Amino acid sequence: MKSTLKLTLGLTSAMFASTAVSNVAHAEDLTLCWAAWDPANALVELSKDFTKESGIGMKFEFVPWTNYADRFLNELNSKGKLCDLIIGDSQWIGGSAENGHYVKLNDFFDKEKISMDDFVPATVVGYSEWPKNTPNYWALPAMGDVVGWTYRKDWFSKPELQKEFKEKYGWDLAAPTTFDQLKQIAEFFQKREIDGKTVYGASIYTERGSEGITMGAMDVLYSFGFKYENPDKPYEMDGFVNSEKSVKGLEFYKALYDCCTPPGASNSYMGEGVDAFKSGQVAMHMNFAFTWPGLQKDENVGGDKIGYFANPKGPDGDQFAQLGGQGISVVSYSDKQEAALKYIKWFANKDVQAKWWSLGGYSCLNAVVKDPSFPASQPYAQTFLDSMAIVKDFWAEPSYAPLLQASQKRFHDYVVAGQGSAKDALDGLVKDWTEVFQDDGKM
Amino acid sequence: MLNRTADSVARATPEPLARKVRGISDKGLAWLFISPTILLLLAINIFPLFWAIYLSFTNYRANRPNEVVKNVGLANYKRILGDQDIWIAMQTTAHFVFWTILLQTLIGFTLAWLIDRKFRGHAFWTTIILVPMMLSPAVVGNFWRFLYEPQIGLFAYAISFVSGIPATEIGMLSNVSLAPWSIIIVDTWMWTPYVMLICLAGLRSIPEYIYEAAEVDRASNWRQFWSITLPMALPFIMLAVLFRGIENFKMFDMVNLLTGGGPGSTTEVASITLKRQAFESWRTGYSSAFAIILFVAVFGLANIYVKALNKVKQR
Repeated sequence: MKSTLKLTLGLTSAMFASTAVSNVAHAEDLTLCWAAWDPANALVELSKDFTKESGIGMKFEFVPWTNYADRFLNELNSKGKLCDLIIGDSQWIGGSAENGHYVKLNDFFDKEKISMDDFVPATVVGYSEWPKNTPNYWALPAMGDVVGWTYRKDWFSKPELQKEFKEKYGWDLAAPTTFDQLKQIAEFFQKREIDGKTVYGASIYTERGSEGITMGAMDVLYSFGFKYENPDKPYEMDGFVNSEKSVKGLEFYKALYDCCTPPGASNSYMGEGVDAFKSGQVAMHMNFAFTWPGLQKDENVGGDKIGYFANPKGPDGDQFAQLGGQGISVVSYSDKQEAALKYIKWFANKDVQAKWWSLGGYSCLNAVVKDPSFPASQPYAQTFLDSMAIVKDFWAEPSYAPLLQASQKRFHDYVVAGQGSAKDALDGLVKDWTEVFQDDGKM
Repeated sequence: MLNRTADSVARATPEPLARKVRGISDKGLAWLFISPTILLLLAINIFPLFWAIYLSFTNYRANRPNEVVKNVGLANYKRILGDQDIWIAMQTTAHFVFWTILLQTLIGFTLAWLIDRKFRGHAFWTTIILVPMMLSPAVVGNFWRFLYEPQIGLFAYAISFVSGIPATEIGMLSNVSLAPWSIIIVDTWMWTPYVMLICLAGLRSIPEYIYEAAEVDRASNWRQFWSITLPMALPFIMLAVLFRGIENFKMFDMVNLLTGGGPGSTTEVASITLKRQAFESWRTGYSSAFAIILFVAVFGLANIYVKALNKVKQR
């Protein structure tokens, strides 16, 4: 009887002990919030090393891009404790810094000897700094990204198409270096029969609901001469946003949409673009660089069939590209800030960053991207580097959301619905943005 | 048996509790039972309504929790009433409500009238007709989006087959002129059965002897329809119009799934604008004012309509 009692007591104690241990482990688990996309899967894989090293478990909260901003901005605004770490979009940095959602990382960086000079400058400005171009850091650059292009190298290299193209346009069919060339190629492929299938010129961003058409149109407008404001007088937008060059840029984007996109592509963003390219519908495809590893591996369109090029030059030779990507921040409402900072310290490590790139993430660490072996490490690596060197980003002001909504409406109304002129759209945009900044007391 | 059970329950009730219960009047007991519901209603309906009214007079933004909230008086209301985009959204809503109600009422009543003939297999066909109404709007929105797809969609192929226009040129969701109709078609497909059901109830409530009397008076079928069927079914038709009108005035899910308000802003109904202002632009005070305006508009119109409905019923 005594031995039975002892056994029972022993088992019960062991059960309690194991529960307590597992509870302690769970209490230390960190939750990282991000978008549900390919790089997030790579991060899950990468983070297993962190758990091994630190004993801190990682949980992930991934939300599809279409709901990403709504979901996580709501979480931050309501001071929720769901996320200990968040990889927030670059445009959130102003609002998240000013509203106290993110922990300021300057002291931590100083203490841990993490230098922002070790990261690609554009990513530091884009993902970490608020106010821009000041040494106030709210995130560690985590995922470099930029809008670039993929093309069907196998179609471009068909001798009969090369011959026909040369006869028609007088230059060799190859990856375009100017937007004029890009449009000529797109026109050439539009509704062409290739391998018994009708194909189309290009897939571009036209999505209305979140940020799609703004990212696409801006990607073109920058190289045509669009500027957000007077460089000498902040928030003065008249004559810059709606300059003649900007108008030409927007007209070009509409012309590209009208002439050379697949039927029904009136609400197309990252996912739809990938689908159009993967299904062999389009000759060229505008998209963020994060899509390239997946496309490179694709059996039907990847491997030798795919090529990459950076955003082409505008009429005056200017060349810019829309910045994507995000930094990783510690949420100020988290009870586990210490553990979250440990993760950031681990993530900033060179070896971890090198593995991050090898798994399909885009490292922003100079030591990784400036390594001599980097350009040859992947077929798209050089294009990524070229593109990251020419980036510009949308407003990152605390009011980025209404600013974005205004451009979504103005651009979609003109480009897709064909309402009014490019000048009307950009004049309207100046009016909308002025109202937003007036509401904010900045004008 | 029942008394015995009640007695045993009464005996089992502890004395202090039993004393308390005995002290409560019938009215008190009624209040005790309905108070959880009332509290719930106050918490999730009434309080948010008053809170929204309060917010509509402020510059509050939900994404700036640390900012000082200022009273702006009627500024939000003035801005909304002077905002051209809001008026365009209201026109789009009115266009959508008008055509969906017209089509649903005409087709719904016709179907009800046909089903009421009680032909062979009418029960089976009634069930088949009701199927769209039983589906989730999310499912309907998604599969119609595929049906409308110009490259692979069956709808585009069907129209192409009939008209000879290439399917790839039938962009129901991307064409500015066609997009509003694409939503009207789906809403009509989905909700006509609902109107039909209400109209059928109306038709079945008309006593048979009235028709028999009309037959005796040698009234033609046409005359019977105009003098008996339509007037007697009218209150039911009006009820269906009221229900569909209120629902479609606040239509969100279908539009959001099919077009998201596009192309451009051609299908941006009021509820989509409201969602954008509230949860994308984070203008909480402004969107609260817009919500109150919409609420007053629907409430006012519905009240006028209900009065008209009562008059028709009294005739």
